[in-house]
Amino acid sequence: MGAEFVQFSLTPILIGTLAAIACALPGNFLILRRQALIGDAISHVVLPGIVVAFLLTGTVAALPMLLGAGAAALLAVVLIEAIRRVGRIEPGAAMGVVFTALFAGGVLLLEQSDTSRVHLDVEHALMGNLETLIWLRAGEGWASLADPVALAHLPPELPRMAVAAALIAALTVIFWRPLKLSTFDEGFARAIGLPVSAIGLGLVITAAVAAVAAFDAVGSIIVIAMFICPPAAARLMTNSLARQVWLSVGFATLSAVLGYVLAGYGPLWLGYANAVSAAGMIATVSGVILGVACLIGPHRRRVGVAAGA
Amino acid sequence: MTAETLTLAASGGTATPAGLDPSSPLAVRGLTVSYGEKPALFSVDATFPAGAMSAIVGPNGAGKSTFLKAALGLIPAVSGEVRIFGAPLAASRDRIAYVPQRASIDWDFPTTVIDVVLMGRYRKLGLLRRVSKAERATALDALARVGMEGFAERQIGQLSGGQQQRVFLARALAQEADLYLLDEPFAGVDAATEKAIIEVLKSLKEQGKSVIAVHHDLSTVAAYFDHVFLVNVRAMGEGPVARAFTPEALAQTYGGRLAATQLAELALTTG
Repeated sequence: MGAEFVQFSLTPILIGTLAAIACALPGNFLILRRQALIGDAISHVVLPGIVVAFLLTGTVAALPMLLGAGAAALLAVVLIEAIRRVGRIEPGAAMGVVFTALFAGGVLLLEQSDTSRVHLDVEHALMGNLETLIWLRAGEGWASLADPVALAHLPPELPRMAVAAALIAALTVIFWRPLKLSTFDEGFARAIGLPVSAIGLGLVITAAVAAVAAFDAVGSIIVIAMFICPPAAARLMTNSLARQVWLSVGFATLSAVLGYVLAGYGPLWLGYANAVSAAGMIATVSGVILGVACLIGPHRRRVGVAAGA
Repeated sequence: MTAETLTLAASGGTATPAGLDPSSPLAVRGLTVSYGEKPALFSVDATFPAGAMSAIVGPNGAGKSTFLKAALGLIPAVSGEVRIFGAPLAASRDRIAYVPQRASIDWDFPTTVIDVVLMGRYRKLGLLRRVSKAERATALDALARVGMEGFAERQIGQLSGGQQQRVFLARALAQEADLYLLDEPFAGVDAATEKAIIEVLKSLKEQGKSVIAVHHDLSTVAAYFDHVFLVNVRAMGEGPVARAFTPEALAQTYGGRLAATQLAELALTTG
């Protein structure tokens, strides 16, 4: 693997991997809290927020995007609560209505606004633009990693995603005990004085940060898949939370790397001329991993069927 | 012994002390909790004695668990004051150990028995401090006290209901508290576990600790507990079992829901 790999494949694979890990980490706690769909929901709400932020500021810089997505998430929470109370429907249904409506609104907005100068369109929102995040200045191959001029031309998504992934990993380590306890036994967590509601909110905000950071680079398909598939597959492989989280990072990495390579070269191997969507393939690989874990995972016992009970 | 006076709210007796007794491990005044529009607890006063085993007794839906949860601040109260050894709740977290209802959690959670018991040490451990040998020894000792020493590395989903309850009790023991609050500790457990749990609770009392349990089995109240608090949305009476746990008080607490024969039997066990 030489200069060509570093120029055209290294950065997309790294960005895809970091995005997958950033989403998989909070996903572990979301699935254990039976809130897996929140990740799905957040990644949908992100779209109108990002579009409105772009329309207001004219840039796709990280901060306005994050603020826009945050505002949209807040609006969504208020709307869900309002629909649930006024319409007296169950929370799941209220959530489904709000997120699909907001996402659809985002698609309409996107279609009507002039976003030709930037990478912001419906297709991009779904599938990202992983294949275009290449590092052309890396003409020296691996040696470019030590070349400040080349490094200055890294796609900006890479450092952004790296910071987001590092931040989320650090938060996961620091708040491990409160996260674990409040997920396992909320009543006891409250009784020893843990701010359970704040921890839950913090988890959702962290998931939102992961979704916004990843959305820009890899699109909502990967975001949705990575919140659920790697942690769910990992859960089926072990009965230890720490091992589950490590395994989910491994599965997320495997999905990103294998998915990118298969998307780029798989069709060639099969005799077709064109590559397929990397985002689609990465999400597909994560789904296949989950499928395999369902079939062979040692801990795939149905919830509630306690041995010896 | 405090709260010697038997208070029967329904019979018009309102002999509540002027202030909340600072020696009581749990004193509550005017506690009102509401789910929606219907109050689950209405203006409840209660004073539990220190160094004793107390039962919270009442019919289903009377607000027994709600009382415990509201006293612990787990659910919001509309109004009311709670004092733990005379101090507000926030200042007393280290003195309270809590055993939630076993059915309230997901036992399929990926964790081991020793991990759950160590959760009782989280307040002392903080966010990042490593679990020291001494902390681990405390947790293992707590497991041994409930007869579960061989189960430390067992996945919690593999335990029977009684074993799960013992693990929860071990976690409360690991908290090394002065007041132990238990929500239906004997619900759905086997006879051996019930016996083991009551032995542990009695040993806590011998060490001078206070134990308060939500209890649903009227036939064992007299054998297990010193003090009883009767509740059915409103406080229906409290005092030493011999005086407060009477057929008349129970009839009032349960309304028509206890058969006369049951009351007669209870009168025999408490007599």
